[in-house]
Amino acid sequence: MSDADLSPVRSRNLGELAVVYAGDYLNKLSGERIERECRKQLESGCRALVINFKETELVNSIGVSILLGVIDAAGNVGAKLVFSDVNNHTVQLFEMLGLTRHVAFAADEAEALSSLRCATSRRA
Amino acid sequence: MSDLVQKLAHTFGALAELGQEISESNNLEVTARTSLHMVLGSVAIMRGAIALYDGRNCVLSILAGRGVGSENIDPIICEDGSTASLGLGGIRLICTQEAMNTSGFPAAVSKLLNLVGAENMIPLVVRGNLLGLLFLGEKASGEPFSTDDREILCAMARHIAVGLQEHNNREELESRAREIQSLYEGMRAIYKDTVRAFAVAIDCKDKYTQGHSERVGRYSEIIARELGWPEEEVEGMAVAGYLHDIGKLVVDRDIINAPYRIDAKQSSELNRHPGAGFEILSPIRHPYADIPLMARHHHERLDGRGYPDGLTGEQIPLGVRIVTLADSFDAMTTDRPYRRRRTLEEVIADLRKNTGSQFSVEVVIALCRALFNEGLHAIERKLSWLQGPSAKTRVVVGDGTQVIAANVNIVFTEHDNTIARGCVFSDLLRQSPRQWMRRCVRIRSQQSKI
Repeated sequence: MSDADLSPVRSRNLGELAVVYAGDYLNKLSGERIERECRKQLESGCRALVINFKETELVNSIGVSILLGVIDAAGNVGAKLVFSDVNNHTVQLFEMLGLTRHVAFAADEAEALSSLRCATSRRA
Repeated sequence: MSDLVQKLAHTFGALAELGQEISESNNLEVTARTSLHMVLGSVAIMRGAIALYDGRNCVLSILAGRGVGSENIDPIICEDGSTASLGLGGIRLICTQEAMNTSGFPAAVSKLLNLVGAENMIPLVVRGNLLGLLFLGEKASGEPFSTDDREILCAMARHIAVGLQEHNNREELESRAREIQSLYEGMRAIYKDTVRAFAVAIDCKDKYTQGHSERVGRYSEIIARELGWPEEEVEGMAVAGYLHDIGKLVVDRDIINAPYRIDAKQSSELNRHPGAGFEILSPIRHPYADIPLMARHHHERLDGRGYPDGLTGEQIPLGVRIVTLADSFDAMTTDRPYRRRRTLEEVIADLRKNTGSQFSVEVVIALCRALFNEGLHAIERKLSWLQGPSAKTRVVVGDGTQVIAANVNIVFTEHDNTIARGCVFSDLLRQSPRQWMRRCVRIRSQQSKI
């Protein structure tokens, strides 16, 4: 495992919202840390998650499985999940595999946060 | 890229990566976890698990799981023995609900399925042998598995099954290797005990040199270790030392035990023992090299004046030179019927005189270094209970038994024990073994004047 694999997953907590940066982990086993970070945010009370794919070039079968784990975890606590900054190739892959049934997509992080804030305020 | 092409690229990519993972990894748990990710991610299945079937102990246990609470599932014992029959049908996707309703479906698998809650499973089979089970939930898309999905999942299951088979083979191989190692160690222990028994038998014949073979074995071992030999060869040198005099078993006991210097005829009879030792030891398949040769040549000298073959210099193997010195050192430091043991000064003088002609320089230096180290340990032990500003002590160079039966007297004249310890050690550590030996002798002679 390289040093990069051991570096912490980047995330930021905004109260009920949290952003987790997928980086380039979603094609290897070390990507499980993304799932752990998402679960940690959900366990700490976060009810809307943005996963930012800006630095993610490739999502392979391991990455898909990890994201399915995140979808499952979010679904179990009724949290919303938005994928932002996803490249076209990956969007097509997610569509083909049926992941789009479970998550919303946003062009970028700001749009994702804005949509989640709107949804949260409507709910309030 | 069309959907079909992209799907093919994704699934074949998963298959290729799985093949690489299976062939490269040595860690079963990591491989299982990675493989499960690849299977689930290839067609986007929400939940799944890989269970290992231990056919020998009839146990099913979860190796890796996703979304099935696998961490809380204990291994299940397959009591009725029917689980293995799942292997007979080969690798295929089974709808678990249907299968569980059929008669004869293994109860243990039903129990595990109820815990995992998977809708589908694939037996992991190699040549009809069940090695495990791959449990699969539903697709994230909610669609049923297509024919392509089934094919790709079965192909991946085949890879995993081969990985499990390889793991089982490796475990069996390691288990057999451990068994063989244990047998080998047992045989070596028997061999060593036998060698020791021989050494006792040899020494019993000579009432004046009891323990000689055992000590020569110990000294040979110490010198070889000091020379940095591998442990296996060090053990071999101990054995060579134990057996070097085995040829004495064929020499007349009266000659061996003669309480006087023997005459030429008797000497000639006694000198037969290296050759006789070689004859005795040659038919035996020793686990160490050159044991018979070391018995044959332990009375050879570098200057060619030894016997039985009059070998010179490099013709004499290093192992032989070690046994030769160990033998002579023990002879010098033990009482014989015709002379008392020599003092350390005499021993050192003798070693100096004969190094290069009888003894090899590197072997003598190794022995001196070993003596030096033994001396340091002995001094350290002694210093721990020294009292007073000016202490006088007698240090046995050796481990307190009769390992190296030379005595060294050292006078400490420092102000207190701490200083004495520091000074003595720093002083000694700066010296070569030879210098240290000279110093010991000088100190002893000074002491005798006190």
